[in-house]
Amino acid sequence: MGSAVLETRDLTIRFGGQVAVDRVSCAFHPGTLTAIVGPNGAGKTTYFNLISGQLRASSGSVALRGRDITRMAAPLRARLGLGRAFQLTNLFPDLSVLENVRLAVQARAGVFLDFLSLAVDRTGLTEQAIGHLRRVRLLDRAGAAAAVLSHGDQRKLEVAMMLALEPEIFMFDEPTAGMSVDEVPVILDLIEAIKAEGDKTILLVEHKMDVVRRLADRVIVLHNGALVADGEPAEVVASAIVQEAYLGVRPADG
Amino acid sequence: MRRLISGDRPGHPLADLLMLALLVGLAFAPFLFPGTKSMAAASRICIFIVLAASYDILLGYTGIVSFAHTMFFAIGAYAVAIPLAQGGPSWGAIVGGELAGAAIAAVLAGLIALLSLRVQKIFFSMITLAVASLAGIVAAQWRDVTGGEDGLTFSLPAALGPGFRMVQEPFLGVRFDGRLVTYYLIFGVCLVLFGLMLRIVNSPFGRVLMAIRENEFRAEALGYRTVIYRTIASAQAAAIAAVAGGLMAILLRYNGPQSTLSFEIMVDILLMVVIGGMGTLYGPALGATVIVLAQYYLQPGLQAASDAVTGWPVLPQLFHPDRWLLWLGVLFILIVYFLPAGIIGTLRRRVR
Repeated sequence: MGSAVLETRDLTIRFGGQVAVDRVSCAFHPGTLTAIVGPNGAGKTTYFNLISGQLRASSGSVALRGRDITRMAAPLRARLGLGRAFQLTNLFPDLSVLENVRLAVQARAGVFLDFLSLAVDRTGLTEQAIGHLRRVRLLDRAGAAAAVLSHGDQRKLEVAMMLALEPEIFMFDEPTAGMSVDEVPVILDLIEAIKAEGDKTILLVEHKMDVVRRLADRVIVLHNGALVADGEPAEVVASAIVQEAYLGVRPADG
Repeated sequence: MRRLISGDRPGHPLADLLMLALLVGLAFAPFLFPGTKSMAAASRICIFIVLAASYDILLGYTGIVSFAHTMFFAIGAYAVAIPLAQGGPSWGAIVGGELAGAAIAAVLAGLIALLSLRVQKIFFSMITLAVASLAGIVAAQWRDVTGGEDGLTFSLPAALGPGFRMVQEPFLGVRFDGRLVTYYLIFGVCLVLFGLMLRIVNSPFGRVLMAIRENEFRAEALGYRTVIYRTIASAQAAAIAAVAGGLMAILLRYNGPQSTLSFEIMVDILLMVVIGGMGTLYGPALGATVIVLAQYYLQPGLQAASDAVTGWPVLPQLFHPDRWLLWLGVLFILIVYFLPAGIIGTLRRRVR
């Protein structure tokens, strides 16, 4: 399995008196797809935000390839290979679909403070962006503004932007939520293709148990911010805690 | 041509035509519209095009609301005016003043942007308002250097004076004197600055500015350190505004709080950008033209209209020249109501 590329130790965040993520220690290995499950409000997205830097931990640490990144700003984490696709669609609404992806390609290419060349002259970047759009089957909408896309297409664009960053660690936050049935396979095939590359680390927040069974090598369960189960998909999905969380009475606080 | 405008066409046949007409009109203004008043108006249009466009880099492209833009305009104007007033006319004072003004403005703008690093947008705007007020107080109180409320009057090198003759005989009815040299100096510098701004907004850097405007959080998640981008954009806009301020001082042979630092100018800049269309650069250029023309010609135009309807009920009162601000207000309301994205902005959307 090799050494962990990403590791959280006692990672905790409090909002006022509420502990949203509670001492979560977990290591993630290259070539492994880890599904993170748990009821709504369990802290899954917050855990993602702590890893990719949108939130700062109250205590505990995040390490990337052994390097402590707990206090590092989000842009620098992205440059170190942490790619994130957001759950609530998070795009550049008034820019074209192509430009959304092109901006991600530009960041990946390390074109940072160039104000005297022309963006349109960098055809290599544009072609890469077109390639990523083709991969998520969104090329026919390349000229549309991101804001006018259907919900499913916006999710695809979100994924294309993460692909464009060519990260080592892919963080998918419910990538298929709200997608129509015929769109879901595109995303699932894509995730499988990334997994098949063998050296990428994939974190996947997912509610649909059939998706988890199909893709995951490992499942961890968050409940009220704490890590309550960790193991093979089959055994974790069958465990009492998951049965309670998903099939039993849903927590009133959502 | 494509390279000069950085591949960024106004984007609609009518918009293309308007901008071309504006370019030709300004390029040949001394020949098309001879006269002292029209030359002053044309010079002012050039300067305000640059000032409004540089503000558009902040407001329209990056989504930064700053009220300190006139402060940078004034810094450039004082940087030219002070050495000219103290040391007498020289080209060194003009060039050195322009460069120093741009440098001071850039550093100051960068510092303000960095200091306001962690505050929300609305508080950043408040900070710029406070800094701009402070600058107004400094300009008014530091009499030994700035001339206080009276400002500074100075002379320019002979080549920019009315007594200078390049060619003895008038050509096409236009005297080739120092005023013509002054106009083309202003026009040329403004043209280069506008081309530079088109380049900035169409560069990879400019695309990131738009990304910050659209969704700063997402830009960060892609790996862009948005604070650095906002700081550099602020510094660039401030430096360009400062150069425009220096040109204003040259045009007026005077600088004071009223000519470059007043809050009315800040409001004018905002209107220019909004009327023309935010985030288009061409829009603010058109907005600047409309507003400067209104400032110069709306009053005499109303006088003519008022004279034409003498004897009618109410109408002469309505068109009384003193009502020019009312008509300007009506014009703004109509434009904002019917063209919510501004003139060029709305035309561009039609094409898309």
